[in-house]
Amino acid sequence: MIAAGTAVPEFTLKRGDDSDFSAADLEDKTTVLVFYPFAFSPVCTDQLNLYEEVLDDFAAQGATLYGVSCDATWSQTAFAAKLGVSIEQLSDFEPKGEVCRAFGVYHPGGFPQRALVIVGPDKVVRWSYQADAPTDLPGANLIFDALAS
Amino acid sequence: MSDLGSAPIPATATSDLGSAPIPAAATSDLGSAPIPAAATSDLGSAPIPALLDEDHVRGPGGGRTLIVYADFECPFCAALDARLRALPADRVVFRHFPVRSSHPRAWPAACAAEAAGLQGRFWEMHDALFADPARLEDPHLWERGRGLGLELDRFDRDRRCDAVRDRVKRDFRAGVRGGVVTTPTIFELGDDGAVVRLGRDEFGPRPRSEPA
Repeated sequence: MIAAGTAVPEFTLKRGDDSDFSAADLEDKTTVLVFYPFAFSPVCTDQLNLYEEVLDDFAAQGATLYGVSCDATWSQTAFAAKLGVSIEQLSDFEPKGEVCRAFGVYHPGGFPQRALVIVGPDKVVRWSYQADAPTDLPGANLIFDALAS
Repeated sequence: MSDLGSAPIPATATSDLGSAPIPAAATSDLGSAPIPAAATSDLGSAPIPALLDEDHVRGPGGGRTLIVYADFECPFCAALDARLRALPADRVVFRHFPVRSSHPRAWPAACAAEAAGLQGRFWEMHDALFADPARLEDPHLWERGRGLGLELDRFDRDRRCDAVRDRVKRDFRAGVRGGVVTTPTIFELGDDGAVVRLGRDEFGPRPRSEPA
């Protein structure tokens, strides 16, 4: 997967309102991209619920979280609404998985690996992490460790 | 003076319409409000604490000591609790891990258990909450408080107070720091003070729908 110290590639993801989210949207802030396999799956549910619960702490660290998956925007929007999470969702639906591939987190099964990428205001990756298996859920503490380092 | 001018419908309106007397001190339930974050985050990794003075502990010494991070609105936690109670030799330490987005009543339920604890009835409320996790609205909490013989006005004040919310928050944040990601999560406290995570399968068969 994309390594710390690497500039992020150019990319385009879709926001919930179908507008584009590109590398330019990473400028001037610290971003945590949360790549997750599938909307509505059990582990992804736990993951977004947990990160949502400590969202104020992420904000206090100056970090903005986004969920990224290959689900369609409609599915992501329904997923976030079902959980009641406010973390913005970004879709890598078409061409499917193109951004996941660019970040080196595309699973051969056709979905994102469970991966975390922290990007600095200069659009350079500060930290990246891929779970050993898509069913492993990285604790929020790992992200806070990385943000503090 | 008229109080019938325009006002928005409360966003969190629920069907709390069962018959139950309203405690004198009832105020609007703030259980779903966001918890203010500390200015500097203290959520970096740290070991799961061994026994704390403020922990809720039940069961005899001599067997295992199990530390359970759980949420009263989590059906898998209720199922685990039933399995743990079939192992009476173990000592159980309960810690709160409420996550409001999927479980909007988890925080109010956790605070209710703490408020009952201030009247010496934490475990009784713990059992009453897990016995019926689908009924966690305010009248249901009052009903449980009455059933346990709590001083109801005090219970209702306490469950909304900052000290109780901070108590729940301390458990939750220590869990986050120790890598807890979902409920229930179980640790065993060894005689040497080491805290080791256990799999849920060690406590009898899981319900078919329960994720590993």
